[in-house]
Amino acid sequence: MRKLVVLGAGTAGTMIVNKLRRRLGMQEWSITVVDQDDDHHYQPGYLFIPFRTYARGDIVRPRHHSMVDGVQLVVGEVDVVDTSTKRVMLTDGRELDYDYLVVATGTTPRPDQTPGMVGSEWRRSIFDFYTLDGAEALAEALSAFDRGRLVVHITEMPIKCPVAPLEFTFLAEAWLREKGIRDRVEVVFVTPLDGAFTKPIASERLGSMLEERKIRIESDFIVERIDEERKTLVSYDEREVPFDLLVTVPLNMGADFVARSGLGDELNYVPVDKHTLLSVEHDTIFAVGDASNIPASKAGSVAHFAVEVFVDNFLQHVAGSPMTGSFDGHANCFVESGDHKALLIDFNYDTEPLPGRYPLPYVGPLSLLEETRTNHLGKLAFRYIYWNVLLPGRPVPLPSHMSMAGKHTPNKEA
Amino acid sequence: MPTTTIDGHTIEVDDEGFLLDPHEWTESLATCLAAQIGIDLTDEHWKAIRFLRDDFAEQGETATLRRVSVVGGIPTKSLFQLFPQKPAKKLAYVAGLPKPHGCV
Repeated sequence: MRKLVVLGAGTAGTMIVNKLRRRLGMQEWSITVVDQDDDHHYQPGYLFIPFRTYARGDIVRPRHHSMVDGVQLVVGEVDVVDTSTKRVMLTDGRELDYDYLVVATGTTPRPDQTPGMVGSEWRRSIFDFYTLDGAEALAEALSAFDRGRLVVHITEMPIKCPVAPLEFTFLAEAWLREKGIRDRVEVVFVTPLDGAFTKPIASERLGSMLEERKIRIESDFIVERIDEERKTLVSYDEREVPFDLLVTVPLNMGADFVARSGLGDELNYVPVDKHTLLSVEHDTIFAVGDASNIPASKAGSVAHFAVEVFVDNFLQHVAGSPMTGSFDGHANCFVESGDHKALLIDFNYDTEPLPGRYPLPYVGPLSLLEETRTNHLGKLAFRYIYWNVLLPGRPVPLPSHMSMAGKHTPNKEA
Repeated sequence: MPTTTIDGHTIEVDDEGFLLDPHEWTESLATCLAAQIGIDLTDEHWKAIRFLRDDFAEQGETATLRRVSVVGGIPTKSLFQLFPQKPAKKLAYVAGLPKPHGCV
């Protein structure tokens, strides 16, 4: 009996065990998945918690409910992976042998990595919304906030869901208008990037949306520390941004056991081949989802498309055949823009987000890089698809590779 | 593709002036590239440039500021002093390497 061990039962890990269980014979393979708890969070839902659109119950379900029969869920914390004996050691002393290992432990916000972030102002005037606790605490803070300077801040790239800070900013701006206090609040968006987003055409579009909403952008800002007493962000080149309410996206890092096991880069991400997701050092280890170092967005959509390619590749690899699937870095993200509208962006390693229609060229019904109500409804509907289609590993009628059909490059139009 | 003439050599660059072929880079070219953005190279600059070149040769990608600090041992604060305002971009420019991925 061969043994597959998957570390992490998030989006990537859950999809992988469900899909592979159907493809690997029960007599030939055991499948074990390890996570530190049995709570699966629908992470895109965190964005809506501060505005009380969603509550905890809407976005948390037991992990084991999403798993098919024949998968063993082990609840425990990984201490270290011993690649020489092919064994995973848990902190409580249990050991799991593997023939093949998939690292799918994602990435986690690490506020402790920026001096002054986790101090006297943490969860008083400094909040994050990439954890459920943080998003709930922020909901409380927002309801008490009625004037001053709201600063939304990204510490360093890469981060999980790179559009979420912009979405939060747009939603907060709309929420302030709804409350009738927009004129009493200054909104500032602080980013280490040189514009609103990473890719030129989307960055320009999203940048002008910030401008239309009178949100100031402070770019190329790499935070060195937070001065708690003066409630001020201080950058390495000594620029300062004071705040009354700071919503920060802390440094994101892969799991610490990745570093302890000698499997990670400087941010604890596992170096893999960006097309096959096989570790560059170990041919029995893959890393899928946010845990790998591929130059794609750290996002559920990337995990989803990558898993589709990974599953067939894995079956070929364990059969001793060359892997024929090649992941293209496909990402597809809804961007909430406030007032019940959203944009949609679709891109991959080589092609930046472009305007057009999705998923059917020219037909849609979703519009790329354009604010529409239909896109917003698509985003809300996705929560249902996530629990009921995506996680169980049922086929989603979307191609895993990005398509250029129906897209156009704006500067080629003129 | 645009070209530029530096130090008597014609070199292919991208729209922002970054070298297209890292193999065209030489140490004397680095001195000229640095001068173009107002930087006079000291030993400290060279330490960062050599790390970036060596790391690129191994990894095939331009190191981020974090990687230069964690793996290369040069604190981010120093990089901002050596290559003011936009250290990641300026360092890659002088080292003749592609702009680091803005990450995605």
